[in-house]
Parts: sequence; C-alpha cells; structure tokens
Amino acid sequence: MDFYLAAIIQAMCFGPLVIGLFLSMKIFNIPDITTDGSYTLGAVIMAVGLSNGYPVMVTFFLAMAGGALAGSCTALIHTRLRIHALLAGILMMTALYSVNLVLLGRSNVPLLGYVDLFKTFSVFAGADYNTLAILLIILMVLLATMSYLLRSDFGIAMRATGDSELMIRAQGVNTSRMKGYGLAIANALVAASGALMAQFQGFADINMGIGIVISGLGAVIIGDTVINFLKISAVSIMLICVLFGVIVFQLILATALGVGVDANLLKLTTSLLVLFIVALPRVGSALQLSKRS
Amino acid sequence: MLDLQHITKVYNAGKATEVAAVWDVTLHLEPASYTVLVGANGSGKSTLLSLIAGNTYVDKGSIRLHNKEIQRLPDYRRSRWVARVFQNPLLGTAASLTVLDNFRMASLRGSPKWMKLGMDRAFVQAVRDKIATLGMGLEDKLAQPMGTLSGGQRQALTLLMTVMTDVDVLLLDEPSAALDPRSARQVMEIADRIISENKLTALLVTHNISEALRYGTRLIQMENGRIVRDYDQKAKSKLDQTEVISWFDYY
Repeated sequence: MDFYLAAIIQAMCFGPLVIGLFLSMKIFNIPDITTDGSYTLGAVIMAVGLSNGYPVMVTFFLAMAGGALAGSCTALIHTRLRIHALLAGILMMTALYSVNLVLLGRSNVPLLGYVDLFKTFSVFAGADYNTLAILLIILMVLLATMSYLLRSDFGIAMRATGDSELMIRAQGVNTSRMKGYGLAIANALVAASGALMAQFQGFADINMGIGIVISGLGAVIIGDTVINFLKISAVSIMLICVLFGVIVFQLILATALGVGVDANLLKLTTSLLVLFIVALPRVGSALQLSKRS
Repeated sequence: MLDLQHITKVYNAGKATEVAAVWDVTLHLEPASYTVLVGANGSGKSTLLSLIAGNTYVDKGSIRLHNKEIQRLPDYRRSRWVARVFQNPLLGTAASLTVLDNFRMASLRGSPKWMKLGMDRAFVQAVRDKIATLGMGLEDKLAQPMGTLSGGQRQALTLLMTVMTDVDVLLLDEPSAALDPRSARQVMEIADRIISENKLTALLVTHNISEALRYGTRLIQMENGRIVRDYDQKAKSKLDQTEVISWFDYY
C-alpha cells in the first residue's frame, strides 16, 4: 500500500477521535484523558466481538457504547465527587487498562481473517480504496450528525456549558448532566476510532491507546488554528477544519518517517510536533511584539 | 410573593476563616415591587442574592416563592421563576455563541433543550424586534458572537434575555458597576423599563447612591449580614444622597 495513502486512511480512522476531542477539549473545556483508555476499549470490544462471531455493525455500536460508558463514568467522578476533570480522566484511563486487559484476555489479538467493516461493505474492488471510501462515508455521516447536534437546542446548551456555566445554569440547564452527555458522546467517538483502527491495522493491542490523546490534540490544535485564522463561527465548518487538522498532522508524521526518522522515535516526534504547533502562535506573537518595539 | 424567613448563611463554618455572611434575615417582597439593597462591601448583599437565586444554599431558614419552599432547589431549577443579572457583563452571556444562540437559550429557560433546530424565521424576527426596542442598533448583529460586543451592549442584552420567558423575580447584582457612566445609565434605564413593563419583583444591589435613590420603591441597608434599615417608597422619597452616604460613616 502506498505509504501516504496509508497515512491518510489512518488519519481518517482518527476522524471520530478528533471530533470527540474537539467536543471535550474545545466545546466543554475539559481535558479528558479518558481518551487513552476509551480508544483502546473500542478496539478491544471490536476485537472480542469479531473473534467471537458477533455481527460487525452490532460490535461497532457496542464499542461506541463502551466508550460512552467510560466517558459517563469520568463525568460522574468529576461532577458528583467534585474531582478535577484531569484527575477523573487519569483515574478512568488507569482503570480501563485493567478492564481492557480482562476483556481482551491477552495483550494482543490479531483480526486478520475475520470479516470486518471494511470487508462487509464493498464500494471499490481495490481493498485500500474500498477502506478509504467506507471511511469517507463514515466521516460524512459523522460530520452531518455532529453539525446537526451542535446546532440544535441541545447542542447550543452543550456549547454554552463549556463557555459560561453560570449563564447556561441561569437558563435552566443542569450542567453536570450536560457534561455527562458531552463526555459520553466524546468517548463514544473515541472508541469508534479505536474500533476502526483495530480493523484497519488488523489487530487490537492493549497499548495502542498510549499517547493517543496527544496525537488527537495536535490535530485539534491545527484545526483550531485554522478556525481562529479564518474567524470561523459555523459549527459544521469548524468540524471540517478539525478533520483537516488530523489529515495534516498524520501527513506530517508520515513525511517525518519518510525522510528517515527512526520509527522508535515516533512518539517523541509526535510530542515535538504537538509542542511546535502549540508554541508556534506564541512564538509568532512574541516575534511581532519585538519587531514593533 | 418572595418570602425569606430567618435565613442564615455562614461560610467556612468551624474554621478560623468563619464568616456569617447573612444572619437571621427576614424579608418579604411584594409582587411587582422594586427593592434596592445597599451596604458596605462584605455586608452580605451579594450572598443574599445568591441564596435567592440558588447559587448557594441557606444553612438555616426558608425561602418561599408563591408559598412554595425553594431553598433546597438548585439554581437551574429556580431559574424558571428567578432571573439574575451579574455585575460582570461577561458572565450573563456565552461569548462564543452568537447573539441569536444566546437568545434561543433564554427563550427556553426552564424548558427541556431537545435535539431540534428551533431557530425558524418567526423566532429570528421576534428576537430582532425585541432587541430593536433597546435602540442600540444591535438587531443587525444577531449572527455576531456575543464576545465581540461591548460590556454595556452585553449587559443590555442580558437584561432583555431575562424576560424572554415569564419570570417572577429579577435579581440585579450591581449591573452597572463595571460599565462607563453613559452605558451604566443606559443599562439602568433599560432595567427600570423592563421591570415596570413586565411587572417584575426586582431586587437591585448597588453601591451607587444616586442609583439607589433614583430607582426602586423601597430601600434596604445591610450591615454585617443583617438588615439594619428598611425604607418604604414614601420614606425613601424623603432621603437625600448626603443622608444615605452618612449610613456608611461608621468606621
């Protein structure tokens, strides 16, 4: 398979994850570390389901439900026990490691030979282009659903919860419950990404979620930079920018590997890339300030 | 209407930093009355408003609205009857949402927010007409994010948002304190008009003595968490600025 085509397919598998992270981190303003655990949970449920002969679509929705449950637990810890969202996420992520290990039974389960989502539906004859087409359809459905949701009354209340909690409570919204719904949806999407990735790479691994939140964050920040640069306020365009961000991010990583960066240094490269993206606007404004003075 | 019976609120109880913010306060507000509350910093005015709005809960006593006890209800449940305008204009609206989105939420105060697109043409026109009554030219900025408007504009819109549904009580927590004199006067006039047009029971907290004398039908002073002075409309009309300022000369 073409190296860069694989990178694009991988980026598309991360599509639901970055939309989920955009929801938790940008809309709700919650740094949700549950992501590392719920991503693996999605892959694990998919692997267990496929290897036990469950229907593909049922397993896929079960994976999403598992993610939603994990997100709800984080929200409950955060809102009911008043524990900081960051700590609540770390606790949940840690707990999910054991849950995933128990569900998977061992550290790695291969999925080659099972009929997965990409083999169930046939759009193109070539396997790679078929995968690409199915992912494209999934992302379009996701985009349409999420932009409808976020423009609806419920979605406006969600966005207001992350913006001004005091204001939206004054309009009669139970913000604790709203955070619960938000983190459940976000983690369901993250788990969907895990399930897609497990099927694409042909295995589920207990460690596949480590650092995934950083990769997702990098993509969200790229998308957010575009949103701020173009002064975008339409929700659907914001979501497209975030999806654009994940493709750019994965292509940059693929280019780094392509020019000879050691694959063992992939996580280090990812971290440095995210650091660069985060620091760039600050360095830019510092340079502008020194130019003016 | 709104009846506060022997309410007490103590912060950090049992600790060295214990403060009795409100102590054994009993207050009755008649329907469609406009009460002004003055007092030094730390006298318990804002805490009293928070207790009525449900942002914090009473330790002792009861709060009854239309003869129904509400003191254990959370703020988002009380919002059906009680609206609050904060001192900070940035708190009453969501900056990243458009003016229209903010008004949509205000129009659904106390009702469920379903997954449906509720902003049809009729709603947009109704909001435009309502905002036009402010005379600030904001009716053409419906699609603009709230964060792009000035403090005075946001505070005026917050006031208007409070009457998008039928509320009974309007709590105004120094709504003009963070604004320039012109915007402050404008916001106070809008508040006065909204209160009288909608026959609201209003409670205004202010440090501005001329505002305290100009607006409202009753004047109350709080000190150390207690109500120490209470003037009805007739007695209030005889007060002058010098006399009210002298109430604060106890240091």
